[in-house]
Amino acid sequence: MRTTQIECPECAGALALPADVMEGEILSCDECGVEWEVVGGEPLSVVRAPEVEEDWGE
Amino acid sequence: MSSTPRIAMLLSRVRVEEKLLLNAFHSCGVNVAVIDDREVIFDLHADPPFLADVVLERCVNHSRALYALRLLNDRGVTTVNSYPVALVCGNKLETSSTLERAGVPIPRCKIAFTPASALEAIEELGYPVVLKPAVGSWGRLLSKINDRDAAEALLEHKEVLGSYHHSIFYIQEYVEKPARDIRSFVVGDETICAIYRQSQHWITNTQRGATAINCPVTDEIAQLSVDAARAVGGGVLAVDLLETPAGGLLVNEVNYTMEFRNSIAVTGVDIPDKVVTYVMQVAQETLAQAPAMSGV
Repeated sequence: MRTTQIECPECAGALALPADVMEGEILSCDECGVEWEVVGGEPLSVVRAPEVEEDWGE
Repeated sequence: MSSTPRIAMLLSRVRVEEKLLLNAFHSCGVNVAVIDDREVIFDLHADPPFLADVVLERCVNHSRALYALRLLNDRGVTTVNSYPVALVCGNKLETSSTLERAGVPIPRCKIAFTPASALEAIEELGYPVVLKPAVGSWGRLLSKINDRDAAEALLEHKEVLGSYHHSIFYIQEYVEKPARDIRSFVVGDETICAIYRQSQHWITNTQRGATAINCPVTDEIAQLSVDAARAVGGGVLAVDLLETPAGGLLVNEVNYTMEFRNSIAVTGVDIPDKVVTYVMQVAQETLAQAPAMSGV
């Protein structure tokens, strides 16, 4: 059965995984607000998403 | 000649927009090669490191997008958007100069290269004015300057604390707009929808908390948006418009890696589907026009 949530590494809250979660996707923890990037592996794990850089944008 | 175009998406991370676009491609039965700009390596003496007839650029870093597009376009790969478009839209100085030369109405703007000349330019325009970094987005590091004291302080700070980019002083008149601006979305030759970005703050980026609501696309908005898009080279673009007290419209910025997550529900327009349809159209045209160039 697919994992639907993992523990937020920052606050230990529940970090929900979308049904169609994909590698590279950015998830935000509802409890602490930290952004995470989904990386490969089984079960899926996350690493802290990159911080905003000066030339980020549209 | 392949009948099924090869599509790649160059991205930095899979945000809501990229996921919507990938899902829209999949809904059309199109497999997309996802290229992570953190991993890609370009060999200037070889073909591009992946096969694609069209690359949809979705990098979050302007610099990575710009140079990747340059390398791809130089090697015959069609991109949405193109390098020249990114070059113009990724820099406010380039954008404003291009729009002004094309006859597209923009706010009054002056450029200066030293704090002294910038102060002179500010006082010529009259307070308040807005200083913006030439490269930047999401409303970051914008400064509304209301008087000479603030101008002197800000200019000194920018010169001392900023990189050299921040000593290219982009000075814009402050437009007394209502508590909103307009963002229109142009795909090809069509203004597909628009939103008001409402905020009590003078900075009306949704990244800064502005609320998106539907903006009916009037003939004026549609035409001005397409004019602005064409002036910068065309493609898939988001045009920021300011309403003037006299009832006119000015083009403030044009964005070449547009974000649209907050604009689909409020406008009722399937923006990712429109983008995907356009990309596939470009891909078919690319294959039809230059089949020999598509097999990189």
